[in-house]
Amino acid sequence: MDFLRPATWQEALSARADRPGAAPVQGGTDVMVEINFDVRRPEALLDLTRVPELGRWEIVDGVYRIGANVTYARVITELGGALPGLAQAARTVGSPQIRNRGTVGGNLGAASPAGDSHPPLLAAGAVVEAESRDGGVRLIPAEEFYLGVKRSALRPDELIRAIRVRPAPGPQYFSKVGTRNAMVIAVCSFAIALDPAARRAGTGIGSAAPTPRRALEAEEFLAAELDWDAPLPPALARRFGELCARAADPIDDVRGTAAYRRHAVAVLARRTLGWAWDDHLGRRAA
Amino acid sequence: MRVTFTVNGREEVVDGVWEGESLLYVLRERVGLPGSKNACEQGECGSCTVYLDGSPVCACLVAAGQAEGRRVRTIEGLAAGDRLDPVQEAFAACGAVQCGFCTPGLIVQAHDLLERVPEPSDAEIREALAGNLCRCTGYEKILDAVRLAAARKAEERRSG
Repeated sequence: MDFLRPATWQEALSARADRPGAAPVQGGTDVMVEINFDVRRPEALLDLTRVPELGRWEIVDGVYRIGANVTYARVITELGGALPGLAQAARTVGSPQIRNRGTVGGNLGAASPAGDSHPPLLAAGAVVEAESRDGGVRLIPAEEFYLGVKRSALRPDELIRAIRVRPAPGPQYFSKVGTRNAMVIAVCSFAIALDPAARRAGTGIGSAAPTPRRALEAEEFLAAELDWDAPLPPALARRFGELCARAADPIDDVRGTAAYRRHAVAVLARRTLGWAWDDHLGRRAA
Repeated sequence: MRVTFTVNGREEVVDGVWEGESLLYVLRERVGLPGSKNACEQGECGSCTVYLDGSPVCACLVAAGQAEGRRVRTIEGLAAGDRLDPVQEAFAACGAVQCGFCTPGLIVQAHDLLERVPEPSDAEIREALAGNLCRCTGYEKILDAVRLAAARKAEERRSG
């Protein structure tokens, strides 16, 4: 095995192009588990933690551009105001030690259907900025990024440079089902992002389908039926939950049954919409 | 490969490191610092918690090569000479140590908490220690120890 240690982004892209068998690694919270347990033996590790720009975030034309090596801990402390949905999800990742190392970029690279970052990124309409030495920059909407269980639209010579996401135009919530409050892989999860100016709500379902996905029919239902000036009718919230459950395509596994997951997605969707709606009306009243 | 890094204030040059090796393995088996414990090797138990450039992390999930040029502080680096750190003293005083296997990780994690939050609430203590498993104590004595360490550190600050 080789250990590749690029110091610049250009070096990293070259290493990626020349060594497609190398496994990119940042916080190591996924990759090192696989190596420790000998389930994966890549020909090389491509350590990206020394590339300075991957560890920074900036605001470009009003959009947050979060470097792929910005940790969950920093998303919580530095970006919680602008990106509350993503920060809420980050708070539920692993433990403090894991959040000090794990990154949203790594979550995307691993593309696990249970990754906690995915639902809020989908709900907020985030875009993945990928780049390769020979192909340049490619912007991939989150909803086109996830292709299958642990499979993404990233090409073999591409690396994730950053995640681009608008500051929240309205209330955002994330909720997750697990056996306790720490060290939990989601049984299922859900994120909602309201855009009051556009009169739309974005959604993201986690760990209840082969890939993270939006609940498109549920989004259209809200766009058509919601009165943005009025309290949320309970029947409408319930219907929204049912449509989100219908968008899920879960399986039975060690963490839960398909039937439980479908039920729980409906509950999470209804609850998060209620919380977001309370905030929405509260802000209007203020 | 060779890895050069600083451990507890001392530069270590380690040769013959396998590229897939963890920082934890290097510390325990190559540098001779067995205080950080190897239990789950997947970041679930926290018993290998060390400071990496000032942040507590699971050493089992840091690739050895990622420690190149970085600063690591382990449980062995908390005491000042013969004098234990107040967190170490409090764990001993409160009976927060039974089999002892989880203790080094818990102490490093509690040490970091008290550096950041000198007077933590119980909820903050529980949250900070949520990634450290203990199968002996039932955690109550550990919470006592962190409260005692916080009180002793506050006393030290007052007496200057």
